[in-house]
Amino acid sequence: MKIRLDNVVKTFETFRAVRDVSLEIESGELVALLGPSGSGKTTILRMVAGLEYADAGHIYFGTEDATDIPVRDRGVGFVFQHYALFPHMTVTENIAFGMKVSKVRRDKAAIDARVTELLRLVQLDGLGERFPGQISGGQRQRVALARALAVDPKVLLLDEPFGALDANVRRDLRRWLREIHQELGITTLFVTHDQEEALDLADRVVILDKGQIVQQGTPEDVCRNPASAFVMNFLGDTNRFTAAVSGGVARLGNATIPAPGFSDGPVEIFLRPSDLGWNVSGEGIPATVARVIDRPAGRRILAVTASGEAVELDVAPETQVSAQDKGIIIIERARVYAAA
Amino acid sequence: MARRILPGFPLALGITLVYVSIIVVLPLGALVFKAASLGFEDYWRIVSSPRAVASYRVTALSALAATAFNLVFGMALAWVLVRYRFPGRRFIDALVDLPFALPTAVAGIALTTLFAENGWFGSVPAHAGIKVAYTPLGIMVAMAFTSLPFIVRTVQPVLEDLDPALEEAAQTLGGSDRSIFLRVILPLLTPALLAGLSLSFARSLGEFGAIIFIAGNQPMSTEITALLAFIRLEEYDYQAAAAIASVLLITAFLMLAITNILQARALRYMARG
Repeated sequence: MKIRLDNVVKTFETFRAVRDVSLEIESGELVALLGPSGSGKTTILRMVAGLEYADAGHIYFGTEDATDIPVRDRGVGFVFQHYALFPHMTVTENIAFGMKVSKVRRDKAAIDARVTELLRLVQLDGLGERFPGQISGGQRQRVALARALAVDPKVLLLDEPFGALDANVRRDLRRWLREIHQELGITTLFVTHDQEEALDLADRVVILDKGQIVQQGTPEDVCRNPASAFVMNFLGDTNRFTAAVSGGVARLGNATIPAPGFSDGPVEIFLRPSDLGWNVSGEGIPATVARVIDRPAGRRILAVTASGEAVELDVAPETQVSAQDKGIIIIERARVYAAA
Repeated sequence: MARRILPGFPLALGITLVYVSIIVVLPLGALVFKAASLGFEDYWRIVSSPRAVASYRVTALSALAATAFNLVFGMALAWVLVRYRFPGRRFIDALVDLPFALPTAVAGIALTTLFAENGWFGSVPAHAGIKVAYTPLGIMVAMAFTSLPFIVRTVQPVLEDLDPALEEAAQTLGGSDRSIFLRVILPLLTPALLAGLSLSFARSLGEFGAIIFIAGNQPMSTEITALLAFIRLEEYDYQAAAAIASVLLITAFLMLAITNILQARALRYMARG
């Protein structure tokens, strides 16, 4: 089912949570809403679900205007951050809940068969008689997913689905959710503040800031061509410099950075730690090493430039460098944005 | 064993046991002892006398009716206080505890005045020929008044802690308001409701001060068990008073035991596997 948001607005008291958001999600697509807290991502998700009503604008499911359809008739599956499993029901009863309260009558055998099928899908065979309090967080989230899928939703909505889990479980569940999505092909929209999760899981990432979409595209698009300084900053560690452009180039230390299309004047230059290198001499920014942090994939140098700015850069694990060394930061890649 | 912050186990347990012994066990023990000094036949004669049996009936039935009334209205009151914000909410919240604070005799006199045939409230049903004061209905009113806070105060905190996401989840799954209430909210409130119910019922069984003013106290019809025990006491028949009181004691104890069992069943999902 294709979903379309058309100039949707939502205000809480005086706080404008969502400002004029328009968005299309293709049928079968897996889309991430990514943004810092307060960016309106959860509000958008809840409006798609019908748990909040839009102040203005429309939400379409396929060609049908779903804006005023109440949540219970909207046919969405919703997975909550803290699972929201019914604590007094067993796993089986939780999964069967939607089928039992449905207006469509199902006989007991059909419900049982569907529950068994879903338990297998979420790899929880044999745990059907447990209560939510008796299983782990990762298992609870899988029960929540099975419960949401039980009513054959047109759309699957997940609100920070892995936010409450520890890192390893989170990574496993992510891959597993991707597999389930591939298997079922259900249109899926999920909310996260974790850029790694969004990039790892989604076909398309929608980045939000202050209630507005600032960029949307494939993970490759947003990583390689961040549309603004905000996106650049939000997607990963960056070093920010201000510099002046003259004649289409900006100067940082004794390095020149091409800035085509920028008129003369101040600009912001963003450098990812992996876009930088360390050398004893050459063209770059002269700096002194303050500290070296060792990580499994390499070494991170915290350096201070001659003008006193702190810079972080990642170098290969075999690089010989230690605190107080003096050298040059080599710029391999840079992104230039107009000064804010 | 990890070091604890609070005073050690022996001291804490000692204080608790001494306190419970002096305040609870000793008086009850004396009561049982007194009743036991009657032979079985005498005991049975006293507790099964028609006047005593009539008093059990009116006490138990009124207590049941008052508890049922409070179950519905106490829950509604708790619901309104937790779920809605309106001017005067905190005032109403404070009013709920008034029956606890008010001397029960004062409550009894006030209720009698209000529910008398020419009183503010009593005159309305009087048109339909229904008398409240000096009838079992009046006993029920007094019981309901004094035990209302129990249900409200046990349900309120549980309702406050109920995760709104549970109701939202049930809605996204297509649940109607009715099925969400019956299948999600009510089962989660059941343990608290049972606790409030048993306290409310036990209190109603034992209520004395508020009732004697409104009941009329006619033997065989509006005489409650606690009053009968009191009358025997006035007659210096301590053994008969103890025997009648022991029936109340046993009933209250059985009732609390039953609700505890029910509560454990309702909470079985809390047990770790």
